[in-house]
Amino acid sequence: MKQLSTLAAALCCLCLFGLAAHAQEAFDENYYGRFRGQNIAINVFNWGEYISDGSDDSLDVNKAFEELTGITVNYATFATNEELYSKLKGGGSRYDIIIPSDYMVARMIDEGMLEQLDFSNIPSFENIDPQYRNPEYDPENLYSVPYTAGTVGIIYDTTRVQEPVDSWGILWDERYRGDILMFSNSRDAFGIAEKYLGFSLNSTDPAELSACADLLLSQKPLVQAYVMDEIFDKMISGEAAIAPYYAGDYLTMADTNGNLSFSIPKEGTNLFVDAICIPKGAQQKEAAELYINFMCEGQVAADNISYIGYTTPNSAAYQLLDPEIQQNPVSYPPAEVLENTEPFLALDQETGLLLDSLWTDVLTTDSSYNKWVMPVFVVVAVALSVSLTVARQLRKKRDQLK
Amino acid sequence: MNRHKGISRFYTGAVMAFLYLPIIVLIVFSFNKNKSRGAWTGFTFDWYVKLFSNEMILTAFMNTLLVALVSSIFATVIGTAAAIGINSMNRWMKKTIRTLTYIPIMSPEIIMGVSLMLLFVFLRTEMGLPLEMGLLTLILSHITFNIPYVIFNVLPKLRQMDKYAYDAALDLGCNPWQAFYKVVIPEIMPGITAGFLMAVTYSLDDFVISYFTAGPTSQTLPLAIWGQLRRRVSPEMNALSAIIFVIVLLILLAGNLSAIRRENRERRVVER
Repeated sequence: MKQLSTLAAALCCLCLFGLAAHAQEAFDENYYGRFRGQNIAINVFNWGEYISDGSDDSLDVNKAFEELTGITVNYATFATNEELYSKLKGGGSRYDIIIPSDYMVARMIDEGMLEQLDFSNIPSFENIDPQYRNPEYDPENLYSVPYTAGTVGIIYDTTRVQEPVDSWGILWDERYRGDILMFSNSRDAFGIAEKYLGFSLNSTDPAELSACADLLLSQKPLVQAYVMDEIFDKMISGEAAIAPYYAGDYLTMADTNGNLSFSIPKEGTNLFVDAICIPKGAQQKEAAELYINFMCEGQVAADNISYIGYTTPNSAAYQLLDPEIQQNPVSYPPAEVLENTEPFLALDQETGLLLDSLWTDVLTTDSSYNKWVMPVFVVVAVALSVSLTVARQLRKKRDQLK
Repeated sequence: MNRHKGISRFYTGAVMAFLYLPIIVLIVFSFNKNKSRGAWTGFTFDWYVKLFSNEMILTAFMNTLLVALVSSIFATVIGTAAAIGINSMNRWMKKTIRTLTYIPIMSPEIIMGVSLMLLFVFLRTEMGLPLEMGLLTLILSHITFNIPYVIFNVLPKLRQMDKYAYDAALDLGCNPWQAFYKVVIPEIMPGITAGFLMAVTYSLDDFVISYFTAGPTSQTLPLAIWGQLRRRVSPEMNALSAIIFVIVLLILLAGNLSAIRRENRERRVVER
């Protein structure tokens, strides 16, 4: 019921902000122009291929921002949350804008790595759908502004999977041995096992986690490969038949391979949010807030999300999308599906370590492979080379004696 | 005899296929209409056109080239000087220094990457040097890991050189500086060139060390490609790789052709 009323509120806001966005089409020069001519640069650190960059006649977001404000954007990319975290912890680099996922935002808040945002400087935050405000990873919404959202579901090839797919169980189905792909990152892989067994995505119970590890291990003989972005090629070319992945990326795949279909299992799934934050140590905080504000402008966010293909948490942007996309249940699932989702939260360090070691075990355990093979091989190789050298020296000595 | 020829041909062919098939696939798919690396949907030049309007990739490429060239030039100068110094040391010193130089080559790159990063952070936070992670730190670390390659390319040439050539030059009226650049440098030039080229190659390739020492303003091509791994590596990268491959191929061909021509000319001179 609560969900319904939020949704109703969201819809009202959508209409209001939709109108506002149109009126706002010309950007406020007083606001955006304040740094012009001061030769300021901000360092943006984002996921690869995660911003509209001007290809295919899309909006080049960074360039548009540079032209509007006179602020230079230095843009760099990372591939995983953990990489972003270690870069910031390492302390070498100064970034002004970062875009971590939900659980990483929580962890960074915990460790005091983020600046509080000055929301009076980010007026277009009001475009953000109330549903995405005050999220669990940032309960008072002090540090982050949602950038994109999405769910994880099962992508499958309808020519090879005739039955309806409605459960994570299909990933353990013996009939699809060798046709199944699986996440190669621990959090997503364990998330699937946790949901299948009915646990929370943020379980810290070692018994539950090891049950998940056992389940994942039992799946291993059926899995063709543990992958991330290789999923695109494997699913498009029909090399594999079933793969769990992000909803937005399914849409990209379906553009090329019309036989693919997407389903969110009844056991529930993960709803992830990637959010824009400013890390501690940022040197151009105010300019960075200008950038965040720009990203939340309805038209900019709409162009950006059309390129990325994920779900936008921005109501003004949602209003500007094609009706076809607005209606698409993959990007904008119905309320009852959303109700059954759970976000990733930061795990305490102990659980994090346990998860990593369990996952490493799953990936490296192989019944046909003896763990002593490599050490023995190395020892034999060393012994061989030593004895060869000794033998050669002996022969040399003997030759000299002659 | 003939049978052996067949086997050796097959063997050469197999080796070549393993080396070049992946590159050929990459080049073919740079012409694929679709973004996929698996399904062929039609021929297009689009990715090449888009490549030249994609600022991020072009900046990364320019960074890579800049870092490779600058770091290799510095590494070549420093490495050559070091090699000459090492060459004139006594036997034990020579051995010690050589072993010390080998260690960075032998040890995993990640160790060097992490330690360089820690060093830069230490220098900035403890010593107050203005060392933001960026082009400067990247070039410094590339110089560091390139020096050993130059040293080990120059040292053998120095050993081959006639020890007395330098003394002879002095006897014949050169001052030490002239003797150095008129006699020693030309003698070891092939080693220096080889060292320089090795340095450029390693610097262009490097991912691990750059990963730790690059900053927000100095992303290199390998780092940019890595960053695309969560979503997908765009075919523009295929296009860029294809262009680089063709350019390198042309340079190598030109080099070999001029070498062959020079050889022919020399042979003709000898015959006369």
